[in-house]
Amino acid sequence: MSEAAAGTGAKARSAGSAAPAAAAALELRGLQKSYVRGKPVLRAIDLSIAGTGLTAIIGPSGTGKSTLIRCVNRLVEPSGGQVLLDGEDLTALRGRSLRLARRRIGMVFQEYNLVERLTVIENLLCGRLGHVGALRAWLRRFPPADIDRAFELLDAVGLADFAKTRADALSGGQRQRVGIARALMQQPRLLLADEPTSSLDPKTSVEVMELMRGLCAQRGIPVIVNMHDVELARRFAARIIGMSGGRVVFDGPATALTDEHLKQIYGGEGWLA
Amino acid sequence: MDGSRGVAENLTPGTAVRRESHASGQPGSAVRREWQRFTAGERLARFAVYFFVVAAFVLSLGTVEVIPEFLWDAPAQVQDLLVRMWPPDYAHYPASVHAALVETLHMATLGTVIAVLLAVPLGLLAASNVMPSRTVNTVAKLALVTSRSVNSLVWALLFIAVFGPGALAGTLAIAFRSIGFVGKLLGEALEEAHRGPVEALKASGAPWPSLLVFGYWPQVKPAFWALVLLRWDINVRESAVLGLVGAGGIGVALNTAMNLFQWDRVAVVLLAIFAVVIVAEVVVTWVRGRIL
Repeated sequence: MSEAAAGTGAKARSAGSAAPAAAAALELRGLQKSYVRGKPVLRAIDLSIAGTGLTAIIGPSGTGKSTLIRCVNRLVEPSGGQVLLDGEDLTALRGRSLRLARRRIGMVFQEYNLVERLTVIENLLCGRLGHVGALRAWLRRFPPADIDRAFELLDAVGLADFAKTRADALSGGQRQRVGIARALMQQPRLLLADEPTSSLDPKTSVEVMELMRGLCAQRGIPVIVNMHDVELARRFAARIIGMSGGRVVFDGPATALTDEHLKQIYGGEGWLA
Repeated sequence: MDGSRGVAENLTPGTAVRRESHASGQPGSAVRREWQRFTAGERLARFAVYFFVVAAFVLSLGTVEVIPEFLWDAPAQVQDLLVRMWPPDYAHYPASVHAALVETLHMATLGTVIAVLLAVPLGLLAASNVMPSRTVNTVAKLALVTSRSVNSLVWALLFIAVFGPGALAGTLAIAFRSIGFVGKLLGEALEEAHRGPVEALKASGAPWPSLLVFGYWPQVKPAFWALVLLRWDINVRESAVLGLVGAGGIGVALNTAMNLFQWDRVAVVLLAIFAVVIVAEVVVTWVRGRIL
Protein backbone atom coordinates (compact mmCIF):
# COMPACT_ATOMS: atom_id res chain seq x y z
CA MET A 1 0.00 0.00 0.00
CA SER A 2 2.71 2.43 0.91
CA GLU A 3 4.60 1.56 -2.29
CA ALA A 4 1.53 2.51 -4.25
CA ALA A 5 1.36 5.80 -2.38
CA ALA A 6 5.03 6.39 -3.02
CA GLY A 7 4.56 5.62 -6.70
CA THR A 8 1.80 8.20 -7.22
CA GLY A 9 3.70 10.72 -5.15
CA ALA A 10 6.88 10.38 -7.16
CA LYS A 11 5.06 10.49 -10.47
CA ALA A 12 3.18 13.64 -9.64
CA ARG A 13 6.30 15.28 -8.27
CA SER A 14 8.42 14.64 -11.30
CA ALA A 15 5.64 16.14 -13.39
CA GLY A 16 5.18 19.14 -11.10
CA SER A 17 8.75 20.19 -10.41
CA ALA A 18 11.48 20.53 -12.98
CA ALA A 19 14.39 20.90 -10.55
CA PRO A 20 16.96 18.09 -10.57
CA ALA A 21 16.97 16.11 -7.31
CA ALA A 22 20.63 16.80 -6.59
CA ALA A 23 20.36 20.60 -6.66
CA ALA A 24 19.61 22.57 -3.50
CA ALA A 25 15.88 22.55 -2.87
CA LEU A 26 16.04 25.47 -0.49
CA GLU A 27 18.56 28.21 -0.14
CA LEU A 28 18.60 30.92 2.49
CA ARG A 29 20.73 33.97 1.72
CA GLY A 30 21.44 36.45 4.46
CA LEU A 31 18.08 35.76 6.10
CA GLN A 32 17.35 38.27 8.86
CA LYS A 33 14.45 38.73 11.22
CA SER A 34 13.88 41.09 14.11
CA TYR A 35 10.47 41.37 15.78
CA VAL A 36 11.67 44.47 17.66
CA ARG A 37 13.88 46.96 15.88
CA GLY A 38 17.52 46.54 16.93
CA LYS A 39 16.96 43.12 18.52
CA PRO A 40 17.60 40.63 15.71
CA VAL A 41 16.37 37.07 16.23
CA LEU A 42 18.03 35.80 13.07
CA ARG A 43 21.38 37.34 12.08
CA ALA A 44 22.10 36.84 8.40
CA ILE A 45 21.54 33.09 8.04
CA ASP A 46 23.04 31.40 4.98
CA LEU A 47 21.94 27.82 4.44
CA SER A 48 21.53 25.42 1.59
CA ILE A 49 19.27 22.37 1.94
CA ALA A 50 19.81 19.53 -0.52
CA GLY A 51 17.07 17.81 -2.48
CA THR A 52 16.75 14.86 -0.10
CA GLY A 53 17.35 13.80 3.47
CA LEU A 54 16.37 14.99 6.91
CA THR A 55 18.02 18.06 8.40
CA ALA A 56 17.58 18.79 12.10
CA ILE A 57 17.93 22.26 13.59
CA ILE A 58 18.85 22.22 17.28
CA GLY A 59 19.50 25.03 19.71
CA PRO A 60 18.29 26.57 22.97
CA SER A 61 14.76 27.96 23.30
CA GLY A 62 14.33 31.44 21.93
CA THR A 63 17.27 31.22 19.58
CA GLY A 64 15.19 31.59 16.43
CA LYS A 65 14.69 27.99 15.25
CA SER A 66 10.95 28.44 14.89
CA THR A 67 11.36 31.87 13.35
CA LEU A 68 13.80 30.44 10.80
CA ILE A 69 11.38 27.70 9.73
CA ARG A 70 8.44 30.09 9.62
CA CYS A 71 10.38 32.56 7.52
CA VAL A 72 10.67 29.89 4.82
CA ASN A 73 6.93 29.76 4.12
CA ARG A 74 6.45 33.35 5.27
CA LEU A 75 4.21 32.58 8.24
CA VAL A 76 6.72 34.99 9.71
CA GLU A 77 7.76 37.89 7.49
CA PRO A 78 11.56 38.04 7.11
CA SER A 79 13.17 41.44 7.74
CA GLY A 80 15.86 40.91 5.14
CA GLY A 81 17.59 38.38 2.91
CA GLN A 82 16.26 35.85 0.46
CA VAL A 83 14.49 32.48 0.62
CA LEU A 84 15.00 30.55 -2.62
CA LEU A 85 12.83 27.50 -3.28
CA ASP A 86 14.08 25.77 -6.41
CA GLY A 87 15.72 29.06 -7.33
CA GLU A 88 12.57 31.18 -6.91
CA ASP A 89 12.77 33.99 -4.36
CA LEU A 90 9.78 33.58 -2.02
CA THR A 91 10.38 36.84 -0.16
CA ALA A 92 9.34 38.81 -3.24
CA LEU A 93 5.96 37.08 -3.60
CA ARG A 94 2.64 38.67 -2.74
CA GLY A 95 -0.97 37.49 -2.66
CA ARG A 96 -1.81 34.68 -5.04
CA SER A 97 1.76 33.90 -6.07
CA LEU A 98 2.73 33.54 -2.39
CA ARG A 99 -0.21 31.20 -1.92
CA LEU A 100 0.87 29.10 -4.90
CA ALA A 101 4.42 28.94 -3.53
CA ARG A 102 3.13 27.81 -0.13
CA ARG A 103 1.41 24.86 -1.78
CA ARG A 104 4.87 23.47 -2.53
CA ILE A 105 5.92 23.57 1.15
CA GLY A 106 4.34 21.17 3.62
CA MET A 107 4.37 21.96 7.32
CA VAL A 108 4.00 19.90 10.48
CA PHE A 109 3.37 21.66 13.80
CA GLN A 110 4.16 20.99 17.45
CA GLU A 111 0.49 21.31 18.47
CA TYR A 112 -0.61 19.40 15.34
CA ASN A 113 -2.93 22.27 14.35
CA LEU A 114 -5.60 19.93 13.03
CA VAL A 115 -9.13 21.21 12.58
CA GLU A 116 -10.40 19.44 15.69
CA ARG A 117 -14.07 19.25 14.78
CA LEU A 118 -13.51 17.77 11.33
CA THR A 119 -12.94 14.10 10.59
CA VAL A 120 -9.50 12.67 9.89
CA ILE A 121 -10.16 12.32 6.18
CA GLU A 122 -11.41 15.93 6.00
CA ASN A 123 -8.25 17.06 7.75
CA LEU A 124 -6.19 15.27 5.13
CA LEU A 125 -8.21 16.86 2.35
CA CYS A 126 -7.45 20.23 3.96
CA GLY A 127 -3.97 19.69 2.56
CA ARG A 128 -5.52 20.14 -0.91
CA LEU A 129 -7.23 23.47 -0.14
CA GLY A 130 -4.51 25.29 -2.04
CA HIS A 131 -5.47 23.33 -5.17
CA VAL A 132 -9.25 23.03 -4.84
CA GLY A 133 -11.54 26.03 -5.12
CA ALA A 134 -13.17 27.21 -1.89
CA LEU A 135 -16.72 26.48 -3.07
CA ARG A 136 -15.91 22.94 -4.24
CA ALA A 137 -14.06 22.31 -0.99
CA TRP A 138 -16.97 23.65 1.05
CA LEU A 139 -19.37 21.30 -0.73
CA ARG A 140 -16.79 18.54 -0.06
CA ARG A 141 -16.52 17.87 -3.80
CA PHE A 142 -12.83 17.09 -3.87
CA PRO A 143 -11.38 15.51 -7.03
CA PRO A 144 -11.46 11.68 -6.83
CA ALA A 145 -7.67 11.62 -7.20
CA ASP A 146 -7.34 13.64 -3.98
CA ILE A 147 -9.66 11.28 -2.12
CA ASP A 148 -7.70 8.26 -3.39
CA ARG A 149 -4.46 9.87 -2.25
CA ALA A 150 -5.96 10.64 1.14
CA PHE A 151 -6.88 6.99 1.66
CA GLU A 152 -3.43 5.86 0.48
CA LEU A 153 -1.76 8.22 2.96
CA LEU A 154 -4.08 7.06 5.75
CA ASP A 155 -2.89 3.51 5.03
CA ALA A 156 0.70 4.70 5.00
CA VAL A 157 0.44 6.37 8.43
CA GLY A 158 -1.53 3.43 9.82
CA LEU A 159 -4.82 5.23 10.45
CA ALA A 160 -6.97 3.53 7.80
CA ASP A 161 -9.66 2.68 10.38
CA PHE A 162 -9.93 6.28 11.58
CA ALA A 163 -10.99 7.99 8.33
CA LYS A 164 -14.37 9.07 9.71
CA THR A 165 -13.22 9.66 13.30
CA ARG A 166 -13.22 13.26 14.45
CA ALA A 167 -9.70 14.61 14.99
CA ASP A 168 -10.46 15.59 18.60
CA ALA A 169 -10.95 11.92 19.45
CA LEU A 170 -7.35 11.00 18.53
CA SER A 171 -4.30 10.64 20.75
CA GLY A 172 -1.30 12.94 20.34
CA GLY A 173 0.67 10.45 18.28
CA GLN A 174 -2.30 9.77 16.03
CA ARG A 175 -2.88 13.49 15.57
CA GLN A 176 0.69 14.07 14.51
CA ARG A 177 0.38 11.23 12.00
CA VAL A 178 -2.63 13.03 10.57
CA GLY A 179 -0.56 16.22 10.55
CA ILE A 180 2.17 14.50 8.53
CA ALA A 181 -0.35 12.96 6.14
CA ARG A 182 -2.05 16.34 5.66
CA ALA A 183 1.28 17.96 4.78
CA LEU A 184 2.08 15.17 2.32
CA MET A 185 -1.33 15.62 0.66
CA GLN A 186 0.15 18.80 -0.79
CA GLN A 187 2.76 16.69 -2.60
CA PRO A 188 5.24 19.24 -1.36
CA ARG A 189 8.70 19.99 -2.68
CA LEU A 190 9.88 20.50 0.90
CA LEU A 191 8.58 19.54 4.35
CA LEU A 192 9.04 21.81 7.36
CA ALA A 193 8.44 20.43 10.85
CA ASP A 194 8.33 22.79 13.83
CA GLU A 195 9.09 20.74 16.97
CA PRO A 196 6.90 17.85 15.75
CA THR A 197 7.66 15.62 18.73
CA SER A 198 7.83 18.10 21.61
CA SER A 199 4.31 17.27 22.78
CA LEU A 200 4.77 13.50 22.49
CA ASP A 201 6.16 10.82 24.75
CA PRO A 202 9.60 9.32 23.89
CA LYS A 203 8.27 6.17 22.25
CA THR A 204 5.68 7.99 20.15
CA SER A 205 8.32 10.59 19.25
CA VAL A 206 10.52 7.93 17.74
CA GLU A 207 7.60 6.40 15.85
CA VAL A 208 6.54 9.77 14.46
CA MET A 209 10.10 10.64 13.41
CA GLU A 210 10.51 7.24 11.79
CA LEU A 211 7.28 7.68 9.87
CA MET A 212 8.15 11.19 8.74
CA ARG A 213 11.66 10.24 7.62
CA GLY A 214 10.44 7.09 5.87
CA LEU A 215 7.54 8.63 3.96
CA CYS A 216 9.59 11.61 2.85
CA ALA A 217 12.54 9.45 1.79
CA GLN A 218 10.20 7.33 -0.36
CA ARG A 219 8.85 10.45 -2.03
CA GLY A 220 12.19 12.21 -2.29
CA ILE A 221 11.07 15.16 -0.15
CA PRO A 222 13.74 16.93 1.89
CA VAL A 223 12.72 17.58 5.52
CA ILE A 224 13.80 20.36 7.89
CA VAL A 225 12.95 19.63 11.53
CA ASN A 226 13.28 21.86 14.59
CA MET A 227 14.09 19.74 17.60
CA HIS A 228 14.71 20.02 21.31
CA ASP A 229 15.90 16.47 21.70
CA VAL A 230 19.56 16.18 20.68
CA GLU A 231 19.57 12.38 20.84
CA LEU A 232 16.52 12.17 18.60
CA ALA A 233 18.19 14.56 16.17
CA ARG A 234 21.36 12.42 16.13
CA ARG A 235 19.32 9.32 15.52
CA PHE A 236 17.20 10.56 12.63
CA ALA A 237 19.00 13.43 10.95
CA ALA A 238 21.65 13.07 8.29
CA ARG A 239 22.66 16.66 8.86
CA ILE A 240 22.46 18.75 11.99
CA ILE A 241 22.42 22.53 12.17
CA GLY A 242 23.16 24.02 15.59
CA MET A 243 21.89 27.53 16.27
CA SER A 244 22.76 29.89 19.06
CA GLY A 245 21.93 33.57 19.44
CA GLY A 246 20.40 33.79 15.98
CA ARG A 247 23.44 32.36 14.23
CA VAL A 248 24.39 28.98 12.82
CA VAL A 249 27.24 27.74 15.02
CA PHE A 250 27.35 24.14 13.84
CA ASP A 251 26.55 22.62 10.48
CA GLY A 252 27.60 19.10 9.66
CA PRO A 253 26.72 15.40 9.64
CA ALA A 254 25.11 14.04 12.78
CA THR A 255 28.20 11.91 13.48
CA ALA A 256 30.41 14.99 13.67
CA LEU A 257 28.41 16.57 16.50
CA THR A 258 30.51 16.43 19.68
CA ASP A 259 30.02 17.57 23.27
CA GLU A 260 32.28 20.52 22.43
CA HIS A 261 29.76 21.61 19.84
CA LEU A 262 26.84 21.11 22.24
CA LYS A 263 28.58 23.32 24.80
CA GLN A 264 28.93 25.95 22.13
CA ILE A 265 25.28 25.64 21.08
CA TYR A 266 23.60 25.49 24.48
CA GLY A 267 26.28 27.08 26.68
CA GLY A 268 27.60 25.70 29.99
CA GLU A 269 28.48 22.08 30.48
CA GLY A 270 26.93 21.00 33.76
CA TRP A 271 23.95 19.52 31.90
CA LEU A 272 26.09 17.20 29.77
CA ALA A 273 26.14 13.74 31.32
CA MET B 1 -0.71 36.60 65.17
CA ASP B 2 1.51 36.66 68.22
CA GLY B 3 0.58 33.12 69.04
CA SER B 4 1.85 31.86 65.71
CA ARG B 5 5.06 33.83 65.81
CA GLY B 6 7.07 31.21 67.62
CA VAL B 7 6.06 28.53 65.15
CA ALA B 8 6.83 30.75 62.20
CA GLU B 9 10.28 31.47 63.57
CA ASN B 10 11.04 27.83 63.89
CA LEU B 11 9.98 27.13 60.34
CA THR B 12 11.70 30.08 58.68
CA PRO B 13 15.30 29.56 57.59
CA GLY B 14 17.69 31.75 59.55
CA THR B 15 19.09 33.52 56.52
CA ALA B 16 16.11 35.58 55.51
CA VAL B 17 16.15 38.89 57.31
CA ARG B 18 14.04 41.66 55.95
CA ARG B 19 12.73 43.82 58.72
CA GLU B 20 12.92 43.88 62.52
CA SER B 21 9.25 43.69 63.35
CA HIS B 22 9.56 42.70 66.98
CA ALA B 23 12.12 43.78 69.55
CA SER B 24 12.09 40.71 71.74
CA GLY B 25 15.83 40.36 71.20
CA GLN B 26 15.95 36.60 70.74
CA PRO B 27 19.44 35.77 69.56
CA GLY B 28 19.89 34.30 66.08
CA SER B 29 16.20 34.07 65.36
CA ALA B 30 14.88 34.82 61.89
CA VAL B 31 12.59 37.72 61.30
CA ARG B 32 9.20 36.68 60.08
CA ARG B 33 8.48 37.80 56.53
CA GLU B 34 5.07 39.29 56.29
CA TRP B 35 2.63 38.91 53.47
CA GLN B 36 -0.55 40.80 52.92
CA ARG B 37 -2.95 40.41 50.04
CA PHE B 38 -3.49 44.11 49.52
CA THR B 39 -1.29 47.15 49.99
CA ALA B 40 -2.58 50.08 52.03
CA GLY B 41 -3.45 51.95 48.83
CA GLU B 42 -5.36 48.99 47.44
CA ARG B 43 -7.32 48.63 50.69
CA LEU B 44 -8.22 52.30 50.56
CA ALA B 45 -9.36 51.94 46.94
CA ARG B 46 -11.48 48.88 47.81
CA PHE B 47 -13.08 50.71 50.70
CA ALA B 48 -13.84 53.64 48.38
CA VAL B 49 -15.56 51.31 45.88
CA TYR B 50 -17.75 49.74 48.62
CA PHE B 51 -18.56 53.19 50.00
CA PHE B 52 -19.67 54.49 46.61
CA VAL B 53 -21.81 51.42 45.93
CA VAL B 54 -23.69 51.89 49.21
CA ALA B 55 -23.94 55.66 48.69
CA ALA B 56 -25.31 55.20 45.16
CA PHE B 57 -27.94 52.75 46.45
CA VAL B 58 -29.10 55.11 49.19
CA LEU B 59 -29.16 58.10 46.82
CA SER B 60 -31.15 56.26 44.16
CA LEU B 61 -33.71 55.13 46.76
CA GLY B 62 -34.28 58.79 47.46
CA THR B 63 -34.72 59.63 43.77
CA VAL B 64 -37.24 56.86 43.06
CA GLU B 65 -39.70 58.49 45.51
CA VAL B 66 -41.57 55.41 46.61
CA ILE B 67 -45.10 56.32 47.63
CA PRO B 68 -45.69 54.28 50.80
CA GLU B 69 -49.48 54.02 50.36
CA PHE B 70 -49.05 52.39 46.94
CA LEU B 71 -46.42 50.03 48.31
CA TRP B 72 -48.60 48.82 51.24
CA ASP B 73 -51.51 48.55 48.88
CA ALA B 74 -49.68 46.27 46.41
CA PRO B 75 -50.59 42.82 47.83
CA ALA B 76 -54.29 43.67 47.79
CA GLN B 77 -54.02 44.95 44.22
CA VAL B 78 -52.23 41.80 43.05
CA GLN B 79 -54.85 39.67 44.73
CA ASP B 80 -57.60 41.66 43.05
CA LEU B 81 -55.92 41.26 39.65
CA LEU B 82 -55.58 37.51 40.06
CA VAL B 83 -59.23 37.18 41.02
CA ARG B 84 -60.27 39.10 37.92
CA MET B 85 -58.03 36.91 35.76
CA TRP B 86 -59.51 33.69 37.06
CA PRO B 87 -60.90 31.68 35.34
CA PRO B 88 -59.13 32.47 32.04
CA ASP B 89 -61.42 32.92 29.06
CA TYR B 90 -60.20 29.88 27.11
CA ALA B 91 -62.79 30.38 24.39
CA HIS B 92 -60.94 33.55 23.48
CA TYR B 93 -57.85 31.54 22.38
CA PRO B 94 -59.17 30.00 19.12
CA ALA B 95 -61.12 33.19 18.41
CA SER B 96 -58.20 35.61 18.20
CA VAL B 97 -55.14 34.63 20.26
CA HIS B 98 -54.05 31.68 18.14
CA ALA B 99 -53.58 33.63 14.91
CA ALA B 100 -51.67 36.34 16.77
CA LEU B 101 -49.45 33.73 18.40
CA VAL B 102 -48.57 32.18 15.04
CA GLU B 103 -47.86 35.64 13.69
CA THR B 104 -45.54 36.25 16.64
CA LEU B 105 -43.60 33.06 15.89
CA HIS B 106 -43.33 34.04 12.22
CA MET B 107 -42.06 37.49 13.16
CA ALA B 108 -39.48 36.09 15.55
CA THR B 109 -38.22 33.47 13.09
CA LEU B 110 -38.12 35.68 10.02
CA GLY B 111 -36.56 38.52 12.02
CA THR B 112 -33.83 36.19 13.29
CA VAL B 113 -33.09 34.89 9.78
CA ILE B 114 -32.77 38.41 8.37
CA ALA B 115 -30.61 39.40 11.34
CA VAL B 116 -28.25 36.44 10.84
CA LEU B 117 -27.87 37.18 7.12
CA LEU B 118 -26.83 40.75 7.90
CA ALA B 119 -24.88 39.97 11.08
CA VAL B 120 -22.53 37.32 9.63
CA PRO B 121 -20.67 39.70 7.29
CA LEU B 122 -20.52 42.37 10.01
CA GLY B 123 -19.24 39.83 12.56
CA LEU B 124 -16.51 38.72 10.15
CA LEU B 125 -15.46 42.32 9.55
CA ALA B 126 -15.48 43.05 13.29
CA ALA B 127 -13.14 40.15 14.19
CA SER B 128 -9.58 41.47 14.20
CA ASN B 129 -8.02 38.09 13.35
CA VAL B 130 -10.27 37.51 10.35
CA MET B 131 -10.09 41.10 9.07
CA PRO B 132 -6.73 42.55 10.07
CA SER B 133 -7.69 46.17 9.33
CA ARG B 134 -8.31 48.30 12.44
CA THR B 135 -10.42 50.78 10.50
CA VAL B 136 -12.74 48.11 9.11
CA ASN B 137 -13.04 46.49 12.58
CA THR B 138 -14.02 49.81 14.10
CA VAL B 139 -16.60 50.64 11.44
CA ALA B 140 -18.17 47.17 11.73
CA LYS B 141 -18.24 47.39 15.53
CA LEU B 142 -19.82 50.83 15.30
CA ALA B 143 -22.58 49.43 13.07
CA LEU B 144 -23.16 46.59 15.56
CA VAL B 145 -23.30 48.98 18.52
CA THR B 146 -25.78 51.19 16.65
CA SER B 147 -28.05 48.21 16.17
CA ARG B 148 -27.84 47.25 19.85
CA SER B 149 -28.12 50.73 21.31
CA VAL B 150 -31.62 51.21 19.90
CA ASN B 151 -34.26 49.23 21.82
CA SER B 152 -36.49 47.03 19.70
CA LEU B 153 -39.53 49.07 20.74
CA VAL B 154 -37.83 52.14 19.33
CA TRP B 155 -36.87 50.25 16.15
CA ALA B 156 -40.54 49.19 15.92
CA LEU B 157 -41.75 52.80 16.21
CA LEU B 158 -39.29 53.83 13.47
CA PHE B 159 -40.43 51.06 11.13
CA ILE B 160 -44.09 51.74 11.89
CA ALA B 161 -43.44 55.31 10.77
CA VAL B 162 -41.98 53.96 7.52
CA PHE B 163 -44.15 50.91 6.73
CA GLY B 164 -47.20 51.58 8.86
CA PRO B 165 -48.35 49.36 11.76
CA GLY B 166 -48.26 45.58 11.33
CA ALA B 167 -46.08 42.51 11.30
CA LEU B 168 -43.59 43.86 8.74
CA ALA B 169 -42.54 46.68 11.06
CA GLY B 170 -42.28 44.21 13.93
CA THR B 171 -40.20 41.75 11.93
CA LEU B 172 -37.74 44.41 10.84
CA ALA B 173 -37.55 45.81 14.37
CA ILE B 174 -36.59 42.35 15.63
CA ALA B 175 -34.10 41.90 12.81
CA PHE B 176 -32.35 45.21 13.36
CA ARG B 177 -32.13 44.82 17.10
CA SER B 178 -30.72 41.28 16.67
CA ILE B 179 -27.97 42.20 14.18
CA GLY B 180 -25.91 43.81 16.92
CA PHE B 181 -26.38 40.87 19.28
CA VAL B 182 -25.55 38.12 16.78
CA GLY B 183 -22.77 40.12 15.08
CA LYS B 184 -21.02 41.06 18.31
CA LEU B 185 -21.08 37.56 19.77
CA LEU B 186 -20.08 35.97 16.45
CA GLY B 187 -17.15 38.41 16.18
CA GLU B 188 -16.05 37.52 19.69
CA ALA B 189 -16.33 33.79 19.00
CA LEU B 190 -14.18 34.26 15.89
CA GLU B 191 -11.57 36.17 17.87
CA GLU B 192 -11.41 33.35 20.40
CA ALA B 193 -10.81 30.72 17.69
CA HIS B 194 -7.42 29.01 17.86
CA ARG B 195 -4.84 30.38 15.44
CA GLY B 196 -3.15 27.01 14.94
CA PRO B 197 -5.50 25.33 12.44
CA VAL B 198 -5.88 28.57 10.50
CA GLU B 199 -2.10 28.95 10.35
CA ALA B 200 -1.76 25.35 9.15
CA LEU B 201 -4.24 25.90 6.33
CA LYS B 202 -2.58 29.18 5.40
CA ALA B 203 0.76 27.37 5.25
CA SER B 204 -0.72 24.91 2.77
CA GLY B 205 -1.67 27.73 0.41
CA ALA B 206 -5.41 27.78 1.12
CA PRO B 207 -7.22 30.87 -0.20
CA TRP B 208 -9.03 33.22 2.20
CA PRO B 209 -12.56 31.79 1.72
CA SER B 210 -11.22 28.31 2.46
CA LEU B 211 -9.57 29.60 5.64
CA LEU B 212 -13.01 30.81 6.73
CA VAL B 213 -14.81 27.59 5.81
CA PHE B 214 -12.23 25.11 7.13
CA GLY B 215 -10.22 27.09 9.69
CA TYR B 216 -12.76 29.30 11.45
CA TRP B 217 -16.21 27.85 10.75
CA PRO B 218 -15.72 24.45 12.43
CA GLN B 219 -14.39 26.26 15.49
CA VAL B 220 -17.23 28.78 15.82
CA LYS B 221 -20.02 26.50 14.61
CA PRO B 222 -21.30 25.45 18.07
CA ALA B 223 -21.14 29.02 19.39
CA PHE B 224 -22.86 30.31 16.26
CA TRP B 225 -25.85 27.98 16.43
CA ALA B 226 -26.11 28.43 20.18
CA LEU B 227 -26.31 32.20 19.88
CA VAL B 228 -28.71 32.11 16.94
CA LEU B 229 -31.03 29.86 18.94
CA LEU B 230 -30.69 32.07 22.01
CA ARG B 231 -31.54 35.12 19.94
CA TRP B 232 -34.56 33.37 18.44
CA ASP B 233 -35.68 32.51 21.95
CA ILE B 234 -35.29 36.16 23.03
CA ASN B 235 -37.08 37.32 19.88
CA VAL B 236 -40.11 35.13 20.55
CA ARG B 237 -40.54 36.92 23.88
CA GLU B 238 -39.66 40.32 22.48
CA SER B 239 -42.15 40.09 19.63
CA ALA B 240 -44.86 39.62 22.25
CA VAL B 241 -44.06 43.10 23.53
CA LEU B 242 -43.83 44.76 20.11
CA GLY B 243 -47.59 44.44 19.67
CA LEU B 244 -48.01 47.05 22.40
CA VAL B 245 -46.83 49.72 19.96
CA GLY B 246 -48.82 48.18 17.10
CA ALA B 247 -46.09 46.19 15.42
CA GLY B 248 -48.13 43.02 15.06
CA GLY B 249 -48.09 39.72 16.89
CA ILE B 250 -49.63 38.56 20.14
CA GLY B 251 -48.83 41.86 21.83
CA VAL B 252 -51.72 43.44 19.93
CA ALA B 253 -54.13 40.90 21.47
CA LEU B 254 -52.61 41.56 24.89
CA ASN B 255 -52.91 45.31 24.49
CA THR B 256 -56.52 45.14 23.33
CA ALA B 257 -57.55 42.90 26.23
CA MET B 258 -55.80 45.16 28.75
CA ASN B 259 -57.36 48.31 27.36
CA LEU B 260 -60.82 46.74 27.65
CA PHE B 261 -60.07 45.48 31.21
CA GLN B 262 -60.85 41.93 30.04
CA TRP B 263 -58.49 40.37 32.55
CA ASP B 264 -59.68 36.82 31.91
CA ARG B 265 -58.54 37.30 28.29
CA VAL B 266 -55.26 38.85 29.41
CA ALA B 267 -54.71 35.67 31.42
CA VAL B 268 -55.17 33.52 28.30
CA VAL B 269 -52.69 35.62 26.33
CA LEU B 270 -50.12 35.46 29.13
CA LEU B 271 -50.59 31.69 29.40
CA ALA B 272 -50.10 31.35 25.63
CA ILE B 273 -46.88 33.37 25.76
CA PHE B 274 -45.68 31.32 28.73
CA ALA B 275 -46.37 28.06 26.90
CA VAL B 276 -44.53 29.24 23.80
CA VAL B 277 -41.50 30.33 25.82
CA ILE B 278 -41.39 26.94 27.55
CA VAL B 279 -41.62 25.10 24.22
CA ALA B 280 -38.93 27.39 22.75
CA GLU B 281 -36.68 26.64 25.72
CA VAL B 282 -37.14 22.89 25.27
CA VAL B 283 -36.48 23.07 21.53
CA VAL B 284 -33.39 25.26 21.96
CA THR B 285 -31.94 22.94 24.61
CA TRP B 286 -32.56 19.88 22.47
CA VAL B 287 -31.04 21.41 19.31
CA ARG B 288 -28.02 22.70 21.24
CA GLY B 289 -27.40 19.24 22.60
CA ARG B 290 -27.50 17.82 19.10
CA ILE B 291 -25.08 20.42 17.69
CA LEU B 292 -22.42 20.37 20.40
